Amino acid sequence: MKNSRRTFIKLAGIAAAGLALAPRKGLAAEGHEPVKVNATAIHAKHWAMVIDTTKLNTAEAINKLAAACHHDHNVPHIEGKQEVKWLWHDTYPHTFPEQENPHMAEEVHERVFPLLCNHCQNPPCVRVCPTKATFQRPDGIVAMDYHRCIGCRYCMAGCPYGSRSFNWGDPRLGLDLGNLNPEFPTRMRGVVEKCNFCVERLAVGKLPVCVEASEGAMHFGDLMDPDSEVRKVLREKFTIRRKPSAGTEPSVYYII
Amino acid sequence: MYNGFAIVAGLVIFFAMLTAPFALGTMTKQYKEPELKLPKNEKECIESTEYMRTNHMQLLNEWRDWALRDGKRTYINHKGKEFTISLQNTCLKCHTSKADFCDKCHNDAGVSPYCWDCHIQPEGLK
Ligand code: SF4
Ligand code: SF4
Ligand code: SF4
Repeated sequence: MKNSRRTFIKLAGIAAAGLALAPRKGLAAEGHEPVKVNATAIHAKHWAMVIDTTKLNTAEAINKLAAACHHDHNVPHIEGKQEVKWLWHDTYPHTFPEQENPHMAEEVHERVFPLLCNHCQNPPCVRVCPTKATFQRPDGIVAMDYHRCIGCRYCMAGCPYGSRSFNWGDPRLGLDLGNLNPEFPTRMRGVVEKCNFCVERLAVGKLPVCVEASEGAMHFGDLMDPDSEVRKVLREKFTIRRKPSAGTEPSVYYII
Repeated sequence: MYNGFAIVAGLVIFFAMLTAPFALGTMTKQYKEPELKLPKNEKECIESTEYMRTNHMQLLNEWRDWALRDGKRTYINHKGKEFTISLQNTCLKCHTSKADFCDKCHNDAGVSPYCWDCHIQPEGLK
């Protein structure tokens, strides 16, 4: 008999019919859970970011940070409506639409603001995701499990900040294949992606790429620790968050 | 015995169906294990060869949940040795060729796992 796929399928069918009659036995569970947190990881009860927009407010400077983030996470470069972005910038009226007034300081009104996922304390994207591909970690980071995303885009509809991008095409087509970060995966077509607060770096004791590259204009730390750097700047400076009326409680604060 | 003939006949047919693939399989071409290119600098994988051969798919499945969802990225193997949980940065640092290692068995078994839709093979993307 020829050993073809067709014969195999036939035989498998016969065997399956046989097995359907046989009693079922569950697979024995492994039982042992041999894992722990990396020794070098840094921890927080709730990670948060404070961005000093008196220091960081030009498209040029923000683009530099975006380039660093996008290179580190193999974020594709796609022009137009299907753009994929983890870190980007926008104008005051687009960033803080509810916090405008007709006579505000021109200098502030003319700044551009760095934008990223706010890692909300009360994230609507997590609430609406039917597969739990978007989930909130105990340390507050709103993470994406790309293995489980089915591309329904509910989370994009749920996010009031446009922080998520959908991969309409193969994201690898938008990458410079000669200049990838081989330590971080790419994404596949048909999933949603966004800033991950650099969880892969926190796991080895490093701060986020953008924070490191910002030369002191971005602070990162534990919101629940009164002695942390972020709490110190929040205590000393006036800050606002995006779209407070959405009730999402962003973990990204802006010094104005 | 009521319906003795029917029961015995039924049992015979049942076992014939159940064992048909094995019986017929031995008459056809013998399966030969593909020759893999093993890492040059390492003698042992994170677990024994036998364990990896049968369990690597379950292990990788657990690894992704431990690392991504539980935030636990250090694996302690059955001998107590520790490894960083990462397909990209642990597995592929030793197995430097997808074509000469992964693909060999996957092709023979007719499976094409979608790991490579995202993870970058050691040969790099083309
Ligand atoms: S900014 Fe949007 S994507 Fe990020 S956690 Fe909040 S709702 Fe979710
Ligand atoms: S697109 Fe993916 S992450 Fe977003 S809601 Fe659907 S399954 Fe969840
Ligand atoms: S925290 Fe990390 S992932 Fe998020 S924008 Fe900054 S560099 Fe990118």
